[in-house]
Amino acid sequence: MTPATPVPPATPATPATRTRGTRSALGPRHLHPGAWWLWSLGLAAAASRSTNPLLLLLIVAVAAYVVTARRSDAPWSRSYGAFLRIGLAVLAVRVLFAVLLGSPVPGSHVLFTLPQLPLPGWAQGVRIGGRVTLEAVLFALYDGLRLATLLICVGAANALASPARLLRVLPGALYEVGVAAVVATSFAPNLVADVQRLRAARRLRGRADHGIRSVLSVGLPVLESALERSVALAAAMDTRGFGRTAPVPRSIARATAALTVCGLLGICAAVYGLLTAGSGDWTVPVLLLGLGAAGGGLLLGSRRTVRTRYRPDPWARAEWLVAGSGLAVAGATIWLSGRDPAAFATSVVPPAAPVLPLAAAAAVLLGLLPAFAAPSPPSGALPSTARADRKPDQS
Amino acid sequence: MITFEQVSVHYTDAAEPALTGVDLTLPEGELCLLVGPSGAGKSTLLGTVSGLVPHFTGGVLHGRVTVAGRDTRTHRPRELADVVGTVGQDPRAHFVTDTVEDELAYGMESLGIAPEVMRRRVEETLDLLGLADLRDRALGTLSGGQQQRVAIGSVLTVHPKVLVLDEPTSALDPGAAEEVLAVLQRLVHDLGTTVLMAEHRLERVVQYADQVLLLPGGGQPPVLGEPAEVLAHSPVFPPVVGLGRVAGWSPLPLSVRDARRRAAPLRARLAGLRPEVPAPVAAEPLAETARLTVRRGPVPALRGVDLALRPGEVTALMGRNGAGKSTLLGALAGLQAPASGTVRIGALTPHKARPQELIRQVALVPQDPRDLLYSETVEAECTAADHDAGAAAGTCRALVERLLPGIADHTHPRDLSEGQRLSLALAVVLTARPALLLLDEPTRGLDYAAKARLVEILRALAADSHAILLATHDVELAAELAHRTVVLADGEVVADGPSADVVLGSPAFAPQVAKVLQPEPWLTVRQVAAALESSS
Repeated sequence: MTPATPVPPATPATPATRTRGTRSALGPRHLHPGAWWLWSLGLAAAASRSTNPLLLLLIVAVAAYVVTARRSDAPWSRSYGAFLRIGLAVLAVRVLFAVLLGSPVPGSHVLFTLPQLPLPGWAQGVRIGGRVTLEAVLFALYDGLRLATLLICVGAANALASPARLLRVLPGALYEVGVAAVVATSFAPNLVADVQRLRAARRLRGRADHGIRSVLSVGLPVLESALERSVALAAAMDTRGFGRTAPVPRSIARATAALTVCGLLGICAAVYGLLTAGSGDWTVPVLLLGLGAAGGGLLLGSRRTVRTRYRPDPWARAEWLVAGSGLAVAGATIWLSGRDPAAFATSVVPPAAPVLPLAAAAAVLLGLLPAFAAPSPPSGALPSTARADRKPDQS
Repeated sequence: MITFEQVSVHYTDAAEPALTGVDLTLPEGELCLLVGPSGAGKSTLLGTVSGLVPHFTGGVLHGRVTVAGRDTRTHRPRELADVVGTVGQDPRAHFVTDTVEDELAYGMESLGIAPEVMRRRVEETLDLLGLADLRDRALGTLSGGQQQRVAIGSVLTVHPKVLVLDEPTSALDPGAAEEVLAVLQRLVHDLGTTVLMAEHRLERVVQYADQVLLLPGGGQPPVLGEPAEVLAHSPVFPPVVGLGRVAGWSPLPLSVRDARRRAAPLRARLAGLRPEVPAPVAAEPLAETARLTVRRGPVPALRGVDLALRPGEVTALMGRNGAGKSTLLGALAGLQAPASGTVRIGALTPHKARPQELIRQVALVPQDPRDLLYSETVEAECTAADHDAGAAAGTCRALVERLLPGIADHTHPRDLSEGQRLSLALAVVLTARPALLLLDEPTRGLDYAAKARLVEILRALAADSHAILLATHDVELAAELAHRTVVLADGEVVADGPSADVVLGSPAFAPQVAKVLQPEPWLTVRQVAAALESSS
C-alpha cells in the first residue's frame, strides 16, 4: 500500500552546535561488532584450510581465551557455551555416521566389525555396518573437528558482539533483512522457554512431563505462542515506524536489485574458489567485481531508507587491531598452506601422529591479540548481582 | 486531537460488531481513561487510534478516525508513528533492541531524526522517567515496573502528541504501578501529551483521569464525560466509588483523599460496629513447607520459607514482582525441587510424586490459563481431563456447567474471554478433586463482573474445605476473599497473619476502603454495606 501523504522529511541534520555523533572511544566500551566478526571470520577461514587436529584445537583455544577475556555479562554472551556443545554434537554425529555407514577412505587397520545389514541390489554402493577402519574414523574425526571449529568461531563472534549491535552497522538497504535475522535468532531461546513452561504445565494436568511424547504434545501450543509473539512484535515495530521509506524512482529500484544480486553471486563464486584448494586466477578479480557491484547496490538502496543512527560505535585503533589480527591469521595460514600443504593435512592413509607446524601455530597465535588490544566491556551492562535485579527500585 | 466519526469495527467471522457508534472528540492534553467490561471493544478502540485496526488486525472499519488531522484508514501505523505512541500490557512484547538506551532511540532512528537531536532526547527521557542509572542495562534484567517505564520512554522520545496505553499497570505490583502512573501524570501536566488509557484496575487510575470514556458493551453507545458523572452509572467502578454509592455521597469521590474528607459522618455511623470477619481456621494443616529454599539459577528465589495451609482457608500471597510468589506456588505444585528444606502435601513430597497421584492432592492454575488447555473444543478438553484424573466420564463437564454455565461443547478454548478461560482451567484441574488449589495472578485481565464470579467460586470451594492459596497483586481481591495474607519480600516471609491485620499495617497493600476508614478495621464495601444494613 502506498502512503496517502508523503512521509515528513527528516529533521535537518545541521543544528547550530554540533555534538559528537559516535560514542567515545575512551574507557570501557563495546568494541565495534564488525571488528569481532572480521576477527572470528579470519579464524574460521584459517580453520577451513586445515584438517590438522592440533592446529584446529589451537584455534578453538585461542577463540575461547579471547571470549573469556573480553565478553560482557549480557544474555547473548552465554551463547559461546551453546555453540561449543553444538560443535561437539556435530563432531559426534560425523564420527557416528562414518562408523555406521562406512567411508570411502581406503584403510587396512580394522578396529572392529559391525554386523552388516543385507541390502537389496538396487542399493549398491550403500553399506550399513561392516568393517570399521582406523583410517575412516580418523578421517571423520578430523573432518568433523574442522566443521566444529568453524561453528565455534561463529559462536565466539556471537558471544562477543550482540547480534542487535551488528544490525546497527548494516547499510540502510539491508536493515530490514537484518531485523528479520535478529528476530529469528531470538526465536529459538523463546521457543525453548515455551517448551519448558508447557511441559511443566503437562505435569499439572497429571501427565508425564518427560519423554519424547511430552515434547511432541506441546508442539502445537508452542508454535501458537511463538506465532503470537511474532505478531505482537511486528505490531509493536510497525507502530514505532519500522519500515518507513522515502519514495524513489522505479528505475533506481531496479538498478539496485540487479546490482545487488549480481554482486552477491560474484562474491559467492569467488569465496568458493578461494576456500577450495584448487583456486584459479579468476577468483580475485571476480571477488573485487562482486564487491563493487554489491556495494553500489547497497549505496543506491540506502536512498530508500529514512533511518538515522543513534550513537554508532566508533572504528578506532582497537578495532583496527582486532580486525587486523583476524585477517592476519587468515592471510598467513592461507599463504602457508599454499607453500606446505602437508603440514595442514595430517595423513590418515597410512595413519600418522599429527605434528604441529610451528609457523602455522605462530600465525594462529596472532589471533590472541584482541584479548589484550580490545577494551574491556562496560561494567554498567552487567547487573552488579543477579539479586539486585529482583528488587524493583522504587525511586 | 482524536476524533471518531460514526466509527464501527466489524471483524470477519464475528456475529456482532466489535465496536459500534463511536462518535466523539478527545481534546488535546487530557488523560482519558477507557473503561468497560471485557469484550466491550476497548482494545479495538485503542487499535483504531494507533492504526493497528484495521491495518494489522484485519476487519472492516466504518466511519473515520483522525489523529492530529491524519486519517488512520489511509495512514499505516508506521506513518502515524510520529504522532501516536502505543504501549501494551506486556512490555517485553514491545522491545526490539536489547539495552535501555538503544530501546529509547529505536523509534527516533526509524523516523530518521538527526543524531544530535536523538542524543539530547534520550538524555531528557532518561531523566524524565528516572532511568538514568539503568541506561546500559540489558532489558531482560529489569523489573516489571522498570520495563514498563522503558516501554513508555521508548515511544516518548519521538515526542508523540498522543499516547495510547492498553492496561499498562495490570501486570505490575502496586508500587511499580504507582511509578508508571506518576510518569503518565507528569507527561500530561508538563508536556501536554494526550493520553488514552484502558485499564481494568480502576482503583489505581481513576483519580488521574480528566475524562472517562465508558464502553458499556452489548451494543450500547459509548459515554464520555467527567469521571464522577460517568462512574455514577457505570457497571464497572472502583471500591471507593462503591463506598460512595453505599454512603449516598454526591458527587462521588474518585480518590481516597476525596473520600476521607467526606467520611467523618460515615465513620460516626459505623462507630461501635465491627466488620464481619471470617473466623480463623484451626484445622490440621494440609500442606506445609519448612525452611524451604529454592534456587533459580545461582540465585535463591525462596529463602527458608515456613508456611502451613489449612483446609477451608483462603490465603493470599502478596509481594512485589520477583519476590518469589510464583516460585513458591511452583514448589508446592512440584514444578521446582527445593534446594533445601521440605515441602509436604498430605503424605506426598510434590517434586518426587508421580503426576497422576499429585493432581489428586494439589492443583495449580498458572498465570496464563492457556498453558493448561490443549484441546480444540471444550468437550474434548473435558474428556481429556476426566481421563487424566481417572474420574467418571462427565465429571469435568459438570464442573464446567457449574463454573461457567451455558458454554457450548464445540467452543474453542481460544475463543473464550479471559474470565471464561480461567473458569475452564479451574474446572479442568478440579476434576481430580485436589485438596489444595493454587492460583497465580487469577485476576489479571478480569473485569469486575468476572472477578466477582471468581470470588463466589473460590468461596464455595473453600466452604467445601479446599485449601486455597492465591498469589496476587490485587489488594482488593485479597481483602474480599482471603482469611489470611502472607507477604513475601526477596524470597522471605515478612508478614503472615489474618488479612485485616496484615493489610491494615501496610499502605502498599491496604485496600481503598481500609485507607478511607482507617484506623477502623473495615476492608471492603461489602462489609460496610452489611454493617449499615444490619444497624438500620
